[in-house]
Amino acid sequence: MNTPIRSQRLIGLFAAALLLFNFPLLALWDRHALLFGLPLFPTALFLVWGALIALLALVIERTER
Amino acid sequence: MLSAPLLVGASFAYLLLLFAVAWYGDHRAQQGRSVIDNAWVYAASMAVYCTAWTYFGSVGRASTSGVWFLPIYLGPTLAMILAWMVVRKMIRIARSYRITSIADFVASRYGKSPTLAGLVTLITVVGIVPYIALQLKAIASGYAVMTTVPGEAVGSPSDWWRDSTLYVALALAGFTMVFGTRHLDTTERHEGMVAAIAFESVVKLIAFIAVGSFVCWSLFDGPADLFGRALDNPDLAPLLGLEQQGRPFAYEQWFALTVLSMLSVVFLPRQFQVMVVENVNERHLRRAVWVFPLYLLLINVFVLPIALGGLLHFGAGNMNAESFVLSLPLDRGWHALALFAFIGGLSAATGMVIVETIAVSTMVCNDLVMPLLLRTRRFGARAAGDLTGILLGIRRAAIVGVMLLGYIYFHVAGEAYALVSIGLISFAAVAQFAPAALGGMYWKGGTRGGALAGLSAGFALWAWTLMLPSIAKSGWMDAAFIAHGPWGIELLKPEQLFGLAGLDNLTHSLFWSLLANIGAYVGVSLWRTPSAAETSQALLFVDVFERTEGSRPVFWRGRAQVADLLPLVARFLGAARAQKLFEDYAAASGVAGVDEIKPDARLVQFVETQLAGAIGSASARVMVASVVEEEALDLDDVMRILDEASQLRAYSHALEEKSQSLERATAELRAANEQLKSLDRLKDDFMSSVTHELRTPLTSIRALSELMVDDPQMDSAQRQHFLGIVVAETERLSRLVNQVLDMAKIESGHAEWHTADVDLRALVLKAIETTHEVFRERGADVTLDAPSAVATLRADPDRLTQVLLNLLSNAAKFVPRGSGRIHVRMRSDDSGITVEVRDNGPGVPVAEHALVFEKFRQGGDGVNRPQGTGLGLPISRQIVEHFGGRMWLESDAGQGACFAFHLPWQIQEGRQAPDNPTANPVQGGQQGGAPQ
Repeated sequence: MNTPIRSQRLIGLFAAALLLFNFPLLALWDRHALLFGLPLFPTALFLVWGALIALLALVIERTER
Repeated sequence: MLSAPLLVGASFAYLLLLFAVAWYGDHRAQQGRSVIDNAWVYAASMAVYCTAWTYFGSVGRASTSGVWFLPIYLGPTLAMILAWMVVRKMIRIARSYRITSIADFVASRYGKSPTLAGLVTLITVVGIVPYIALQLKAIASGYAVMTTVPGEAVGSPSDWWRDSTLYVALALAGFTMVFGTRHLDTTERHEGMVAAIAFESVVKLIAFIAVGSFVCWSLFDGPADLFGRALDNPDLAPLLGLEQQGRPFAYEQWFALTVLSMLSVVFLPRQFQVMVVENVNERHLRRAVWVFPLYLLLINVFVLPIALGGLLHFGAGNMNAESFVLSLPLDRGWHALALFAFIGGLSAATGMVIVETIAVSTMVCNDLVMPLLLRTRRFGARAAGDLTGILLGIRRAAIVGVMLLGYIYFHVAGEAYALVSIGLISFAAVAQFAPAALGGMYWKGGTRGGALAGLSAGFALWAWTLMLPSIAKSGWMDAAFIAHGPWGIELLKPEQLFGLAGLDNLTHSLFWSLLANIGAYVGVSLWRTPSAAETSQALLFVDVFERTEGSRPVFWRGRAQVADLLPLVARFLGAARAQKLFEDYAAASGVAGVDEIKPDARLVQFVETQLAGAIGSASARVMVASVVEEEALDLDDVMRILDEASQLRAYSHALEEKSQSLERATAELRAANEQLKSLDRLKDDFMSSVTHELRTPLTSIRALSELMVDDPQMDSAQRQHFLGIVVAETERLSRLVNQVLDMAKIESGHAEWHTADVDLRALVLKAIETTHEVFRERGADVTLDAPSAVATLRADPDRLTQVLLNLLSNAAKFVPRGSGRIHVRMRSDDSGITVEVRDNGPGVPVAEHALVFEKFRQGGDGVNRPQGTGLGLPISRQIVEHFGGRMWLESDAGQGACFAFHLPWQIQEGRQAPDNPTANPVQGGQQGGAPQ
């Protein structure tokens, strides 16, 4: 069965999200640093989260050819 | 603090507003202009996921363990990434088979098993009651914070009738009854309720963000200031990192929470209700899968700032962190904001309670009460009487029952636990549905036995490892079994089952329960092959996308009577609705009336699906089976029916393709016919132009000849003059006829071309020499600007000479007498040679550029129309195009005209005919590259 390209992209995105939100990639952000005056770890979590949502919107809203 | 009457008044006013929104939603639905038929509303209704737990609990969690509130929202984001595949399939299945709850979904998949439906319902009720209690607790404690004088202990009223929580619970039950069970619907959809939920989602988001902004920019000097001060505080700084309280980061727990919330966001009864059952259009999911995570992100952005702000403001341990959302604005005297924040919390709690109780009451009614009721003699299959009233009554009672259970749980156990812990217990319970439901959607081998075993095992382990310990810790059971195991058996200690230590309670419970669940489901399913009923449902579920409504196989065989089926539907849906459904069915199948309906398998399936919407698929199966005579199908029958359906599908597919190709052929023929017609019209035009052109010289020849015949006395000079005109006109006639023949030959592709190496420069010089006499007569100067030598082209020299002569004589005709100037310019470049013939005549208006290349269109107005046939330019252009070049005109009125053509070096050999052998003369004039 042929999986449509959109489904393949979504599965790829899912795998990326799962990796980004878990050990060990999560630990990369845990350091004492400031980003725009905000602590790096929580800020990075939200930024990664937002980027994933943006990518998801891009993948899903793009019309499939 | 705020006065109690104000708070209660505001709360009830808000509930009234919700009523208004829900009423409006229902009203619009009846008019057929649904407000919820909108992807944004759909996404907002999904945000019912964010309950009081999010609103109050997240802040509490963040104030003790930092980012640990987040996995509960990252999980849904992960789930939404896959929702386009998974949830869309669930929606399609639910829509196709009128599935109205998660219990029905699981039961229907495994052969419409009433036992399975009952078990799922039981797990749901046990799992969800604490969650509803959590919402009531949130409202109650919010109320207490708002009305208590700061510093005073939060007291609870001693008499139960003075307990506002009870009234809140009852008011919510009333609301839910009005909008959840007003009438029976075979799709179990509640437009008004969804509209109200979407509205609540917006209110709670705005309220939470308002409080967050207040904390960041009013209480502190921006987020940087807030975080800066938190980082300086040695107690608070660790909250902003991974390690909490000196312990290493518990990745397994983080992962477990993510997976847990990922499953919950799909399988919680309320999420299934708004996401699957209430979905109006599958396409809305496309927007919702990213808007819903975005909503989650927005509502979580300010959790950490509020938590840290509260801890900095009040000092750690002085105030319950779960109520920071209310106590921070209150403490600063921002009463209006505090009231708005309370309303936001109320929104979060009520939204969850309303949807959850509707979903659970449907399950309790269809999957617990109805199967029992239908077994009794009074309501059984053979009994008569309308059951719609009873159905609604059961649902209403179930709503009140669930609400009261929640209230009791809140009083009994709710005080002991934080909001978050209660919620997670419920999450772990509904996660048990995942293996049976997801497995059933993608694996045809799952059986009823497997699903039953998996669910039972998972539920039992969940109860033992999570539920019972939580009850024991609340003080309602002897907690000794937690520390030492039941009967002193250490291996069975609920929080370290079989000696598995090192995990927190939740991860431990989730691991064991899902392991047992999946293991039993797969193991028992593989034990024996699926039965006919299981196989047929498995095929319908797993392959739902591969069949359209009309081509689904119907797995039923037997005899039925319309006279039996109609009253059955009427019992559960009301006589009028039943009559209407049957009439619609008759109309759809093309028969005159209800009496004419053929009682075949398709009708039985239709009736069963309609009933399934009202009473669940398991009960519907039992009811239908009781009024028809059916034959048991075995596995071979199922396969045979499937084969027939596939063949039918193949036939209809082939038919469709054939009709499409016929349509295409028809369209092609029509286009060809149109073209023929237009060519015919052009031919007529051409004929009439030619005859007109022939008539003009003929008329003058005839008139002059007649004059000479009539007047023999005409003097010789006059006669000579007339004869001269006759000769000139005859020459013009033969020239015209020659050119028409020439044109026809070129266009039809029969012209002869003698290709040779051509030195275009020599040709130009020769052409100028030939026309020298003409220019001298007109008193015009000809100048040539050409390179000293150009490379040769492959072309027909005679034809090119014809083109050059044509352009030159054309220019000669239009230049002013006595002061004409004609400039011939030749340029060669990489692509080919360009020749321009520029004159200082009147020029051609831009609008007429295309026309001059048309046949018989001559430049100039009627008065000073020069001699000529009107065919020279069209022929020239045809010749140039034959050699792959193009001819164009650059000019405007009053500026002279410049005719030019370009011939490429590479002449395509063998191009004997023009591109279009049908030779559309007008097109021939309008194509080409004339820059206009």
